[in-house]
Amino acid sequence: MFISIFSAFEAGIIYALMALGVYLSFRILDFPDLTVDGSFVTGGAVAAISIVNGVPPVLATFYAFVAGFIAGMITGILNTKGKINPLLSGILMMIALYSINLRIMGKSNVALLNEPTIFRQMEGWWGSLGIDTALNNMLSALGVENVPSTWSVAIIMIIVTLAIKFLTDYFLKTEVGLALRATGDNEKMIRSFSANTDTLTIVGLGISNALVDLSGALIAQYGGFTDIGMGIGMIVIGLASVIIGEAIFGTKTIARTTLAVIGGAIVYRIVLTLALKIDFLEAGDTKLITAIIVIAALITPKIIAARKEATRKKKKRAMLASREEANHA
Amino acid sequence: MLNMKNISITFNEGTLDEKNALQDINLHLKKGDFVTVIGSNGAGKSTLMNMISGSLKPDIGSVTIDNNDVTMLPEYKRSRYIGRVFQDPMAGTAPTMTIEENLAMAYSRNKKRSLKMGVGKKRKTIFKEHLETLHLGLENRLNAKVGMLSGGERQALSLLMATFTEPNILLLDEHTAALDPSRAELITNLTGEVVDQFGLTTLMVTHNMQQALDLGNRLIMMDKGQIILEVSGEEKQALTIEKLLQEFQRIRGKQMESDRAVLG
Repeated sequence: MFISIFSAFEAGIIYALMALGVYLSFRILDFPDLTVDGSFVTGGAVAAISIVNGVPPVLATFYAFVAGFIAGMITGILNTKGKINPLLSGILMMIALYSINLRIMGKSNVALLNEPTIFRQMEGWWGSLGIDTALNNMLSALGVENVPSTWSVAIIMIIVTLAIKFLTDYFLKTEVGLALRATGDNEKMIRSFSANTDTLTIVGLGISNALVDLSGALIAQYGGFTDIGMGIGMIVIGLASVIIGEAIFGTKTIARTTLAVIGGAIVYRIVLTLALKIDFLEAGDTKLITAIIVIAALITPKIIAARKEATRKKKKRAMLASREEANHA
Repeated sequence: MLNMKNISITFNEGTLDEKNALQDINLHLKKGDFVTVIGSNGAGKSTLMNMISGSLKPDIGSVTIDNNDVTMLPEYKRSRYIGRVFQDPMAGTAPTMTIEENLAMAYSRNKKRSLKMGVGKKRKTIFKEHLETLHLGLENRLNAKVGMLSGGERQALSLLMATFTEPNILLLDEHTAALDPSRAELITNLTGEVVDQFGLTTLMVTHNMQQALDLGNRLIMMDKGQIILEVSGEEKQALTIEKLLQEFQRIRGKQMESDRAVLG
Protein backbone atom coordinates (compact mmCIF):
# COMPACT_ATOMS: atom_id res chain seq x y z
CA MET A 1 0.00 0.00 0.00
CA PHE A 2 2.68 2.49 1.01
CA ILE A 3 4.72 1.67 -2.09
CA SER A 4 1.84 2.24 -4.49
CA ILE A 5 0.99 5.59 -2.87
CA PHE A 6 4.66 6.48 -2.96
CA SER A 7 4.85 5.75 -6.72
CA ALA A 8 1.65 7.72 -7.23
CA PHE A 9 3.34 10.64 -5.49
CA GLU A 10 6.44 10.29 -7.70
CA ALA A 11 4.36 10.26 -10.88
CA GLY A 12 2.15 13.05 -9.53
CA ILE A 13 4.99 15.44 -8.96
CA ILE A 14 6.29 14.83 -12.50
CA TYR A 15 2.80 15.32 -13.97
CA ALA A 16 2.58 18.49 -11.86
CA LEU A 17 4.80 20.23 -14.42
CA MET A 18 2.23 19.40 -17.10
CA ALA A 19 -0.50 20.68 -14.79
CA LEU A 20 1.40 23.96 -14.35
CA GLY A 21 1.52 24.26 -18.13
CA VAL A 22 -2.22 23.67 -18.36
CA TYR A 23 -2.75 26.24 -15.59
CA LEU A 24 -0.85 28.83 -17.63
CA SER A 25 -2.97 28.33 -20.74
CA PHE A 26 -6.31 27.48 -19.16
CA ARG A 27 -6.38 29.92 -16.25
CA ILE A 28 -3.83 32.65 -16.93
CA LEU A 29 -4.42 33.07 -20.66
CA ASP A 30 -8.04 31.84 -20.50
CA PHE A 31 -7.18 29.68 -23.52
CA PRO A 32 -8.46 26.07 -23.44
CA ASP A 33 -5.42 24.64 -25.22
CA LEU A 34 -5.90 21.07 -26.45
CA THR A 35 -2.40 21.01 -27.96
CA VAL A 36 -1.39 19.33 -24.71
CA ASP A 37 -2.57 15.85 -25.79
CA GLY A 38 -0.14 15.97 -28.70
CA SER A 39 2.71 17.96 -27.22
CA PHE A 40 3.02 15.77 -24.11
CA VAL A 41 3.93 12.88 -26.42
CA THR A 42 6.22 15.16 -28.42
CA GLY A 43 8.17 15.76 -25.22
CA GLY A 44 8.48 12.03 -24.59
CA ALA A 45 9.30 11.30 -28.23
CA VAL A 46 12.01 13.94 -28.58
CA ALA A 47 13.64 12.92 -25.29
CA ALA A 48 13.47 9.17 -26.01
CA ILE A 49 14.84 9.39 -29.55
CA SER A 50 17.60 11.77 -28.45
CA ILE A 51 18.63 9.46 -25.61
CA VAL A 52 18.55 6.37 -27.86
CA ASN A 53 20.84 8.25 -30.23
CA GLY A 54 23.35 8.99 -27.50
CA VAL A 55 22.39 12.52 -26.42
CA PRO A 56 22.98 13.04 -22.68
CA PRO A 57 19.60 12.77 -20.86
CA VAL A 58 19.71 16.33 -19.47
CA LEU A 59 20.25 17.76 -22.94
CA ALA A 60 17.59 15.43 -24.40
CA THR A 61 15.13 16.74 -21.81
CA PHE A 62 16.03 20.29 -22.77
CA TYR A 63 15.36 19.47 -26.45
CA ALA A 64 11.90 18.27 -25.42
CA PHE A 65 11.34 21.57 -23.60
CA VAL A 66 12.23 23.53 -26.76
CA ALA A 67 10.04 21.28 -28.94
CA GLY A 68 7.09 22.02 -26.67
CA PHE A 69 7.77 25.74 -26.84
CA ILE A 70 7.65 25.60 -30.64
CA ALA A 71 4.47 23.49 -30.69
CA GLY A 72 2.73 25.92 -28.34
CA MET A 73 3.85 28.91 -30.37
CA ILE A 74 2.35 27.40 -33.52
CA THR A 75 -1.00 26.99 -31.77
CA GLY A 76 -0.71 30.63 -30.70
CA ILE A 77 0.09 31.77 -34.22
CA LEU A 78 -2.90 29.82 -35.61
CA ASN A 79 -5.13 31.57 -33.09
CA THR A 80 -3.80 35.13 -33.24
CA LYS A 81 -2.54 35.53 -36.80
CA GLY A 82 -4.79 32.96 -38.46
CA LYS A 83 -7.79 34.14 -36.40
CA ILE A 84 -8.78 30.51 -35.71
CA ASN A 85 -10.89 29.87 -32.62
CA PRO A 86 -8.76 28.80 -29.60
CA LEU A 87 -10.31 25.33 -29.24
CA LEU A 88 -9.94 24.61 -32.93
CA SER A 89 -6.33 25.87 -33.05
CA GLY A 90 -5.47 23.45 -30.26
CA ILE A 91 -7.31 20.52 -31.83
CA LEU A 92 -5.64 21.10 -35.21
CA MET A 93 -2.22 21.22 -33.58
CA MET A 94 -2.99 18.13 -31.49
CA ILE A 95 -3.93 16.07 -34.53
CA ALA A 96 -0.97 17.38 -36.53
CA LEU A 97 1.37 16.45 -33.69
CA TYR A 98 0.13 12.85 -33.73
CA SER A 99 1.72 12.35 -37.14
CA ILE A 100 4.75 14.44 -36.23
CA ASN A 101 5.30 12.33 -33.11
CA LEU A 102 5.16 9.14 -35.18
CA ARG A 103 7.73 10.66 -37.53
CA ILE A 104 9.99 11.61 -34.64
CA MET A 105 9.82 8.14 -33.09
CA GLY A 106 9.74 6.19 -36.36
CA LYS A 107 7.42 3.67 -34.69
CA SER A 108 4.65 3.82 -32.13
CA ASN A 109 6.75 2.89 -29.10
CA VAL A 110 10.34 3.63 -28.09
CA ALA A 111 11.75 1.75 -25.09
CA LEU A 112 14.42 3.23 -22.80
CA LEU A 113 15.00 0.06 -20.80
CA ASN A 114 18.75 -0.13 -21.16
CA GLU A 115 19.40 3.53 -21.83
CA PRO A 116 20.70 6.13 -19.40
CA THR A 117 17.97 8.45 -18.10
CA ILE A 118 18.14 11.49 -15.84
CA PHE A 119 16.83 9.43 -12.95
CA ARG A 120 19.26 6.51 -13.43
CA GLN A 121 22.16 8.93 -13.64
CA MET A 122 21.06 10.56 -10.41
CA GLU A 123 20.58 7.27 -8.61
CA GLY A 124 24.31 6.45 -8.37
CA TRP A 125 25.18 9.86 -7.00
CA TRP A 126 22.14 9.78 -4.75
CA GLY A 127 23.04 6.37 -3.30
CA SER A 128 26.40 7.69 -2.17
CA LEU A 129 24.62 10.30 -0.01
CA GLY A 130 23.07 7.62 2.20
CA ILE A 131 19.78 9.49 2.58
CA ASP A 132 17.75 6.46 1.42
CA THR A 133 18.89 4.26 4.28
CA ALA A 134 18.18 6.99 6.79
CA LEU A 135 14.65 7.62 5.48
CA ASN A 136 13.87 3.92 5.11
CA ASN A 137 15.07 3.21 8.65
CA MET A 138 12.70 5.89 9.80
CA LEU A 139 9.84 4.27 7.88
CA SER A 140 10.65 0.84 9.28
CA ALA A 141 10.63 2.31 12.75
CA LEU A 142 7.11 3.61 11.97
CA GLY A 143 6.07 0.09 11.09
CA VAL A 144 6.04 0.31 7.26
CA GLU A 145 7.08 -3.06 5.87
CA ASN A 146 7.85 -2.42 2.20
CA VAL A 147 10.12 0.57 1.82
CA PRO A 148 10.86 2.33 -1.52
CA SER A 149 14.05 1.25 -3.29
CA THR A 150 15.06 4.86 -3.84
CA TRP A 151 13.93 8.30 -2.78
CA SER A 152 15.96 10.02 -5.49
CA VAL A 153 13.10 10.48 -7.98
CA ALA A 154 10.73 11.89 -5.40
CA ILE A 155 13.19 14.30 -3.82
CA ILE A 156 14.82 15.48 -7.03
CA MET A 157 11.42 16.06 -8.61
CA ILE A 158 10.23 18.00 -5.57
CA ILE A 159 13.21 20.30 -6.00
CA VAL A 160 12.79 20.64 -9.78
CA THR A 161 9.02 21.19 -9.62
CA LEU A 162 9.25 23.72 -6.81
CA ALA A 163 12.04 25.58 -8.63
CA ILE A 164 9.83 25.83 -11.72
CA LYS A 165 6.90 26.90 -9.56
CA PHE A 166 8.92 29.74 -8.04
CA LEU A 167 10.20 30.82 -11.46
CA THR A 168 6.60 30.85 -12.73
CA ASP A 169 5.46 32.87 -9.71
CA TYR A 170 8.21 35.39 -10.30
CA PHE A 171 7.59 35.60 -14.03
CA LEU A 172 3.88 36.28 -13.52
CA LYS A 173 4.79 39.29 -11.38
CA THR A 174 7.20 40.87 -13.86
CA GLU A 175 6.07 43.60 -16.23
CA VAL A 176 5.74 41.07 -19.04
CA GLY A 177 4.04 38.60 -16.71
CA LEU A 178 1.45 41.16 -15.63
CA ALA A 179 0.68 41.91 -19.27
CA LEU A 180 0.36 38.18 -19.93
CA ARG A 181 -2.15 37.79 -17.10
CA ALA A 182 -4.10 40.81 -18.30
CA THR A 183 -4.26 39.27 -21.79
CA GLY A 184 -6.33 36.48 -20.30
CA ASP A 185 -8.25 38.80 -17.99
CA ASN A 186 -9.10 41.86 -20.09
CA GLU A 187 -7.52 41.87 -23.53
CA LYS A 188 -9.06 45.16 -24.65
CA MET A 189 -7.68 46.92 -21.59
CA ILE A 190 -4.09 45.70 -21.85
CA ARG A 191 -4.02 46.52 -25.56
CA SER A 192 -4.92 50.09 -24.65
CA PHE A 193 -1.77 50.06 -22.49
CA SER A 194 0.43 49.24 -25.48
CA ALA A 195 0.83 45.50 -24.98
CA ASN A 196 0.96 43.30 -28.07
CA THR A 197 -1.58 40.69 -27.02
CA ASP A 198 -0.83 38.49 -30.06
CA THR A 199 2.82 38.09 -29.08
CA LEU A 200 1.89 37.55 -25.44
CA THR A 201 -0.58 34.79 -26.36
CA ILE A 202 2.00 33.10 -28.59
CA VAL A 203 4.76 33.25 -25.99
CA GLY A 204 2.36 32.23 -23.20
CA LEU A 205 1.24 29.12 -25.07
CA GLY A 206 4.90 28.42 -25.87
CA ILE A 207 5.85 28.42 -22.19
CA SER A 208 2.77 26.38 -21.31
CA ASN A 209 3.58 23.63 -23.81
CA ALA A 210 7.28 23.75 -22.96
CA LEU A 211 6.32 22.70 -19.42
CA VAL A 212 3.98 20.04 -20.77
CA ASP A 213 6.78 18.60 -22.92
CA LEU A 214 9.25 18.75 -20.06
CA SER A 215 6.78 16.68 -18.07
CA GLY A 216 6.36 14.26 -21.01
CA ALA A 217 10.13 13.87 -21.32
CA LEU A 218 10.49 13.12 -17.61
CA ILE A 219 7.55 10.68 -17.56
CA ALA A 220 9.12 8.82 -20.49
CA GLN A 221 12.39 8.52 -18.57
CA TYR A 222 10.60 7.60 -15.37
CA GLY A 223 8.47 4.91 -17.02
CA GLY A 224 11.20 3.71 -19.39
CA PHE A 225 9.31 4.21 -22.66
CA THR A 226 7.45 6.65 -24.89
CA ASP A 227 4.22 5.51 -26.49
CA ILE A 228 2.26 7.30 -29.20
CA GLY A 229 -0.92 6.93 -27.12
CA MET A 230 0.44 8.24 -23.83
CA GLY A 231 -0.98 11.72 -24.38
CA ILE A 232 -4.61 10.69 -24.82
CA GLY A 233 -6.75 12.59 -22.35
CA MET A 234 -3.73 14.47 -21.00
CA ILE A 235 -5.57 17.81 -21.15
CA VAL A 236 -8.31 16.37 -18.95
CA ILE A 237 -5.73 15.13 -16.45
CA GLY A 238 -4.17 18.59 -16.47
CA LEU A 239 -7.55 20.22 -15.93
CA ALA A 240 -8.33 17.68 -13.21
CA SER A 241 -5.14 18.66 -11.39
CA VAL A 242 -5.88 22.38 -11.71
CA ILE A 243 -9.50 22.06 -10.60
CA ILE A 244 -8.84 19.61 -7.74
CA GLY A 245 -5.90 21.70 -6.54
CA GLU A 246 -7.84 24.96 -6.61
CA ALA A 247 -10.79 23.35 -4.83
CA ILE A 248 -8.67 21.87 -2.04
CA PHE A 249 -5.87 24.38 -1.57
CA GLY A 250 -7.39 27.70 -2.66
CA THR A 251 -6.50 30.44 -5.11
CA LYS A 252 -5.88 33.49 -2.98
CA THR A 253 -2.60 34.50 -4.64
CA ILE A 254 -0.65 33.31 -7.66
CA ALA A 255 1.94 31.58 -5.46
CA ARG A 256 -0.81 29.78 -3.57
CA THR A 257 -2.54 28.70 -6.78
CA THR A 258 0.58 27.28 -8.43
CA LEU A 259 1.26 25.30 -5.27
CA ALA A 260 -2.39 24.17 -5.32
CA VAL A 261 -2.00 22.96 -8.91
CA ILE A 262 1.04 20.87 -7.96
CA GLY A 263 -0.88 19.50 -4.99
CA GLY A 264 -3.83 18.78 -7.26
CA ALA A 265 -1.65 16.74 -9.62
CA ILE A 266 -0.39 14.61 -6.73
CA VAL A 267 -3.83 14.17 -5.16
CA TYR A 268 -5.23 13.13 -8.54
CA ARG A 269 -2.58 10.39 -8.95
CA ILE A 270 -3.16 9.09 -5.44
CA VAL A 271 -6.94 9.04 -5.83
CA LEU A 272 -6.55 7.22 -9.15
CA THR A 273 -4.20 4.65 -7.63
CA LEU A 274 -6.55 4.02 -4.73
CA ALA A 275 -9.52 3.71 -7.09
CA LEU A 276 -7.69 1.11 -9.16
CA LYS A 277 -7.16 -0.92 -5.99
CA ILE A 278 -10.87 -1.69 -6.05
CA ASP A 279 -11.16 -5.24 -7.49
CA PHE A 280 -14.03 -4.38 -9.76
CA LEU A 281 -12.04 -1.67 -11.62
CA GLU A 282 -9.25 -2.34 -14.12
CA ALA A 283 -6.54 -0.28 -15.83
CA GLY A 284 -8.78 0.40 -18.82
CA ASP A 285 -11.19 2.28 -16.59
CA THR A 286 -8.59 5.00 -15.88
CA LYS A 287 -10.14 7.58 -18.20
CA LEU A 288 -13.62 6.98 -16.82
CA ILE A 289 -12.33 7.38 -13.28
CA THR A 290 -10.55 10.59 -14.35
CA ALA A 291 -13.77 11.99 -15.75
CA ILE A 292 -15.62 11.13 -12.54
CA ILE A 293 -12.90 12.73 -10.40
CA VAL A 294 -13.11 15.95 -12.43
CA ILE A 295 -16.90 16.00 -12.25
CA ALA A 296 -16.73 15.46 -8.49
CA ALA A 297 -14.17 18.24 -8.10
CA LEU A 298 -16.37 20.60 -10.11
CA ILE A 299 -19.65 19.81 -8.38
CA THR A 300 -18.66 19.19 -4.74
CA PRO A 301 -17.58 22.78 -3.93
CA LYS A 302 -20.93 24.04 -5.29
CA ILE A 303 -22.89 21.58 -3.17
CA ILE A 304 -20.88 22.53 -0.10
CA ALA A 305 -21.41 26.25 -0.76
CA ALA A 306 -25.15 25.72 -1.27
CA ARG A 307 -25.39 23.74 2.00
CA LYS A 308 -23.56 26.48 3.89
CA GLU A 309 -25.81 29.13 2.42
CA ALA A 310 -28.90 27.11 3.36
CA THR A 311 -27.80 26.64 6.99
CA ARG A 312 -26.91 30.34 7.21
CA LYS A 313 -30.42 31.35 6.10
CA LYS A 314 -32.03 28.76 8.37
CA LYS A 315 -30.13 30.11 11.36
CA LYS A 316 -31.11 33.66 10.52
CA ARG A 317 -34.78 32.72 10.25
CA ALA A 318 -34.66 30.74 13.48
CA MET A 319 -33.09 33.68 15.25
CA LEU A 320 -35.75 36.05 13.97
CA ALA A 321 -38.52 33.65 14.98
CA SER A 322 -37.19 33.23 18.52
CA ARG A 323 -36.83 36.98 18.86
CA GLU A 324 -40.45 37.47 17.83
CA GLU A 325 -41.55 34.85 20.29
CA ALA A 326 -39.65 36.63 23.02
CA ASN A 327 -41.37 39.89 22.06
CA HIS A 328 -44.79 38.27 22.26
CA ALA A 329 -44.00 36.87 25.68
CA MET B 1 -0.79 67.62 -31.14
CA LEU B 2 -3.54 65.68 -32.95
CA ASN B 3 -4.24 66.20 -36.60
CA MET B 4 -6.95 64.37 -38.55
CA LYS B 5 -7.01 65.10 -42.25
CA ASN B 6 -9.78 64.23 -44.72
CA ILE B 7 -10.81 61.14 -42.76
CA SER B 8 -13.54 59.08 -44.40
CA ILE B 9 -14.78 55.57 -43.71
CA THR B 10 -17.71 53.61 -45.07
CA PHE B 11 -19.07 50.46 -43.40
CA ASN B 12 -20.56 47.60 -45.44
CA GLU B 13 -19.77 49.32 -48.72
CA GLY B 14 -21.83 48.09 -51.65
CA THR B 15 -24.55 46.50 -49.52
CA LEU B 16 -27.96 47.70 -48.39
CA ASP B 17 -26.47 48.47 -44.98
CA GLU B 18 -23.90 50.83 -46.43
CA LYS B 19 -23.11 53.63 -44.02
CA ASN B 20 -20.82 56.61 -44.40
CA ALA B 21 -19.72 56.63 -40.78
CA LEU B 22 -17.28 59.49 -41.24
CA GLN B 23 -17.22 61.90 -44.16
CA ASP B 24 -14.18 64.04 -44.78
CA ILE B 25 -13.44 64.82 -41.16
CA ASN B 26 -10.81 67.47 -40.47
CA LEU B 27 -9.91 68.07 -36.86
CA HIS B 28 -6.91 69.72 -35.31
CA LEU B 29 -6.14 69.78 -31.60
CA LYS B 30 -3.47 72.04 -30.16
CA LYS B 31 -1.53 70.93 -27.13
CA GLY B 32 -3.72 71.33 -24.05
CA ASP B 33 -6.98 71.52 -25.99
CA PHE B 34 -9.94 69.85 -24.29
CA VAL B 35 -12.63 69.10 -26.85
CA THR B 36 -16.06 67.75 -25.94
CA VAL B 37 -17.92 65.87 -28.66
CA ILE B 38 -21.70 65.65 -28.75
CA GLY B 39 -24.20 64.27 -31.24
CA SER B 40 -27.06 61.82 -31.51
CA ASN B 41 -26.66 58.05 -31.72
CA GLY B 42 -25.01 56.99 -34.93
CA ALA B 43 -23.56 60.44 -35.55
CA GLY B 44 -20.04 59.01 -35.76
CA LYS B 45 -18.66 59.98 -32.34
CA SER B 46 -17.46 56.51 -31.43
CA THR B 47 -16.12 55.92 -34.92
CA LEU B 48 -14.13 59.12 -34.54
CA MET B 49 -12.67 57.84 -31.25
CA ASN B 50 -11.84 54.45 -32.72
CA MET B 51 -10.14 56.16 -35.63
CA ILE B 52 -7.83 57.98 -33.23
CA SER B 53 -7.21 54.98 -30.97
CA GLY B 54 -6.42 52.77 -33.94
CA SER B 55 -9.10 50.12 -33.49
CA LEU B 56 -10.38 51.34 -36.89
CA LYS B 57 -8.34 52.42 -39.91
CA PRO B 58 -9.71 55.07 -42.29
CA ASP B 59 -10.54 54.34 -45.95
CA ILE B 60 -8.88 57.63 -46.84
CA GLY B 61 -7.21 60.36 -44.83
CA SER B 62 -4.46 60.48 -42.23
CA VAL B 63 -4.03 60.75 -38.47
CA THR B 64 -0.97 62.47 -37.00
CA ILE B 65 -0.08 62.59 -33.33
CA ASP B 66 2.69 64.94 -32.22
CA ASN B 67 3.99 65.05 -35.82
CA ASN B 68 4.11 61.23 -36.14
CA ASP B 69 1.92 59.76 -38.85
CA VAL B 70 0.12 56.95 -37.00
CA THR B 71 -2.55 56.19 -39.62
CA MET B 72 -1.34 52.65 -40.23
CA LEU B 73 0.05 51.94 -36.76
CA PRO B 74 -1.74 49.05 -34.98
CA GLU B 75 -3.76 49.84 -31.89
CA TYR B 76 -1.24 48.51 -29.36
CA LYS B 77 1.60 50.59 -30.80
CA ARG B 78 -0.51 53.70 -30.98
CA SER B 79 -1.49 53.41 -27.35
CA ARG B 80 2.02 54.62 -26.49
CA TYR B 81 0.64 58.06 -27.31
CA ILE B 82 -2.91 57.59 -26.11
CA GLY B 83 -4.66 57.15 -22.78
CA ARG B 84 -8.22 55.85 -22.92
CA VAL B 85 -11.18 55.52 -20.59
CA PHE B 86 -14.11 53.45 -21.84
CA GLN B 87 -17.83 53.76 -21.14
CA ASP B 88 -18.01 50.38 -19.38
CA PRO B 89 -16.35 50.65 -15.93
CA MET B 90 -15.34 46.98 -16.34
CA ALA B 91 -13.47 47.63 -19.57
CA GLY B 92 -10.56 49.71 -18.32
CA THR B 93 -9.17 47.44 -15.60
CA ALA B 94 -8.25 43.77 -15.12
CA PRO B 95 -10.68 42.40 -12.46
CA THR B 96 -8.69 39.41 -11.15
CA MET B 97 -5.57 41.51 -10.60
CA THR B 98 -4.84 43.86 -7.72
CA ILE B 99 -4.99 47.66 -7.76
CA GLU B 100 -1.21 47.94 -7.69
CA GLU B 101 -0.83 45.40 -10.49
CA ASN B 102 -3.31 47.30 -12.62
CA LEU B 103 -1.42 50.53 -11.99
CA ALA B 104 1.86 48.80 -12.83
CA MET B 105 0.48 47.72 -16.20
CA ALA B 106 -0.69 51.25 -16.91
CA TYR B 107 2.71 52.55 -15.79
CA SER B 108 4.36 50.50 -18.57
CA ARG B 109 2.19 52.08 -21.28
CA ASN B 110 4.93 54.25 -22.76
CA LYS B 111 7.87 52.03 -21.80
CA LYS B 112 9.23 48.71 -22.94
CA ARG B 113 8.06 45.84 -20.70
CA SER B 114 10.91 43.93 -19.11
CA LEU B 115 11.42 40.95 -16.81
CA LYS B 116 11.74 43.23 -13.80
CA MET B 117 9.16 43.11 -11.04
CA GLY B 118 6.05 45.03 -12.04
CA VAL B 119 5.41 46.39 -8.54
CA GLY B 120 8.54 47.52 -6.71
CA LYS B 121 8.91 49.57 -3.54
CA LYS B 122 9.58 52.78 -5.43
CA ARG B 123 6.55 52.28 -7.63
CA LYS B 124 4.33 51.52 -4.67
CA THR B 125 5.06 54.99 -3.29
CA ILE B 126 4.33 56.58 -6.65
CA PHE B 127 1.06 54.63 -6.95
CA LYS B 128 0.00 55.60 -3.45
CA GLU B 129 0.63 59.28 -4.10
CA HIS B 130 -1.47 59.16 -7.25
CA LEU B 131 -4.28 57.16 -5.63
CA GLU B 132 -4.50 59.76 -2.85
CA THR B 133 -5.56 62.37 -5.42
CA LEU B 134 -8.76 60.35 -5.99
CA HIS B 135 -9.85 60.75 -2.33
CA LEU B 136 -11.45 57.30 -2.36
CA GLY B 137 -9.10 55.65 0.13
CA LEU B 138 -7.83 53.28 -2.55
CA GLU B 139 -4.25 54.04 -1.46
CA ASN B 140 -4.89 51.78 1.55
CA ARG B 141 -6.18 48.91 -0.59
CA LEU B 142 -3.25 48.38 -2.99
CA ASN B 143 -3.59 44.60 -2.72
CA ALA B 144 -7.35 44.46 -3.24
CA LYS B 145 -8.55 42.76 -6.42
CA VAL B 146 -10.04 45.34 -8.76
CA GLY B 147 -13.09 43.12 -9.33
CA MET B 148 -14.11 43.87 -5.73
CA LEU B 149 -14.35 47.63 -6.34
CA SER B 150 -17.60 49.43 -7.16
CA GLY B 151 -18.25 50.76 -10.66
CA GLY B 152 -17.42 54.32 -9.60
CA GLU B 153 -14.17 53.29 -7.93
CA ARG B 154 -13.17 51.24 -10.97
CA GLN B 155 -13.88 54.13 -13.29
CA ALA B 156 -11.87 56.52 -11.09
CA LEU B 157 -9.01 54.01 -11.16
CA SER B 158 -9.35 53.68 -14.95
CA LEU B 159 -9.14 57.45 -15.25
CA LEU B 160 -6.01 57.55 -13.12
CA MET B 161 -4.45 54.66 -15.06
CA ALA B 162 -5.13 56.41 -18.36
CA THR B 163 -3.72 59.74 -17.27
CA PHE B 164 -0.88 59.42 -14.76
CA THR B 165 1.66 58.56 -17.45
CA GLU B 166 0.74 61.82 -19.19
CA PRO B 167 -0.32 60.57 -22.63
CA ASN B 168 -0.12 62.87 -25.65
CA ILE B 169 -3.85 62.38 -26.19
CA LEU B 170 -6.54 61.42 -23.71
CA LEU B 171 -9.69 59.81 -25.12
CA LEU B 172 -12.80 59.66 -22.93
CA ASP B 173 -15.63 57.65 -24.45
CA GLU B 174 -18.81 58.53 -22.50
CA HIS B 175 -16.86 57.51 -19.44
CA THR B 176 -19.52 58.67 -16.97
CA ALA B 177 -22.56 57.35 -18.83
CA ALA B 178 -22.78 54.04 -16.95
CA LEU B 179 -22.55 55.55 -13.46
CA ASP B 180 -25.22 56.85 -11.08
CA PRO B 181 -25.56 60.67 -10.97
CA SER B 182 -23.42 61.25 -7.87
CA ARG B 183 -20.61 58.98 -9.05
CA ALA B 184 -20.82 60.52 -12.51
CA GLU B 185 -20.35 63.94 -10.96
CA LEU B 186 -17.35 62.72 -8.98
CA ILE B 187 -15.72 61.32 -12.13
CA THR B 188 -16.55 64.49 -14.06
CA ASN B 189 -14.84 66.62 -11.40
CA LEU B 190 -11.86 64.29 -11.25
CA THR B 191 -11.58 64.46 -15.03
CA GLY B 192 -11.40 68.25 -14.92
CA GLU B 193 -8.76 68.13 -12.17
CA VAL B 194 -6.55 65.53 -13.84
CA VAL B 195 -6.67 67.17 -17.25
CA ASP B 196 -5.70 70.49 -15.67
CA GLN B 197 -2.98 68.94 -13.55
CA PHE B 198 -1.16 67.35 -16.47
CA GLY B 199 -2.32 69.78 -19.18
CA LEU B 200 -3.59 66.86 -21.25
CA THR B 201 -4.85 67.20 -24.79
CA THR B 202 -8.27 65.62 -24.47
CA LEU B 203 -11.18 64.45 -26.58
CA MET B 204 -14.33 63.55 -24.67
CA VAL B 205 -17.48 62.03 -26.13
CA THR B 206 -20.59 62.59 -24.05
CA HIS B 207 -24.36 62.41 -24.23
CA ASN B 208 -24.68 64.80 -21.35
CA MET B 209 -24.96 68.32 -22.79
CA GLN B 210 -24.33 70.00 -19.45
CA GLN B 211 -21.10 68.03 -19.07
CA ALA B 212 -20.08 69.01 -22.58
CA LEU B 213 -20.57 72.66 -21.67
CA ASP B 214 -18.91 72.47 -18.24
CA LEU B 215 -15.73 70.78 -19.34
CA GLY B 216 -13.19 71.80 -21.93
CA ASN B 217 -12.34 74.79 -24.04
CA ARG B 218 -13.81 73.55 -27.31
CA LEU B 219 -16.99 71.76 -28.34
CA ILE B 220 -17.89 69.98 -31.54
CA MET B 221 -21.25 68.60 -32.60
CA MET B 222 -21.45 65.68 -35.00
CA ASP B 223 -24.23 64.43 -37.20
CA LYS B 224 -24.32 61.80 -39.95
CA GLY B 225 -20.56 61.38 -39.95
CA GLN B 226 -19.79 65.06 -40.19
CA ILE B 227 -18.76 67.82 -37.80
CA ILE B 228 -21.66 70.23 -38.07
CA LEU B 229 -20.74 72.70 -35.36
CA GLU B 230 -17.53 73.92 -33.76
CA VAL B 231 -17.43 76.34 -30.85
CA SER B 232 -14.46 77.39 -28.76
CA GLY B 233 -13.17 79.89 -26.22
CA GLU B 234 -15.51 82.61 -25.01
CA GLU B 235 -18.18 81.60 -27.45
CA LYS B 236 -18.29 78.18 -25.77
CA GLN B 237 -18.42 79.70 -22.29
CA ALA B 238 -21.46 81.72 -23.29
CA LEU B 239 -23.21 78.63 -24.63
CA THR B 240 -26.25 77.12 -22.90
CA ILE B 241 -28.10 73.88 -23.53
CA GLU B 242 -30.98 75.83 -25.02
CA LYS B 243 -28.76 77.68 -27.47
CA LEU B 244 -27.09 74.43 -28.39
CA LEU B 245 -30.41 72.78 -29.17
CA GLN B 246 -31.53 75.78 -31.19
CA GLU B 247 -28.31 75.72 -33.13
CA PHE B 248 -28.78 72.00 -33.79
CA GLN B 249 -32.34 72.58 -35.02
CA ARG B 250 -31.15 75.41 -37.24
CA ILE B 251 -28.42 73.35 -38.90
CA ARG B 252 -30.50 70.21 -39.16
CA GLY B 253 -33.42 72.23 -40.48
CA LYS B 254 -31.30 73.68 -43.24
CA GLN B 255 -30.09 70.24 -44.10
CA MET B 256 -33.61 68.94 -44.23
CA GLU B 257 -34.55 71.77 -46.55
CA SER B 258 -31.66 71.00 -48.84
CA ASP B 259 -32.55 67.31 -48.70
CA ARG B 260 -36.07 68.21 -49.73
CA ALA B 261 -34.70 70.31 -52.57
CA VAL B 262 -32.63 67.41 -53.81
CA LEU B 263 -35.51 64.98 -53.56
CA GLY B 264 -37.64 67.52 -55.42
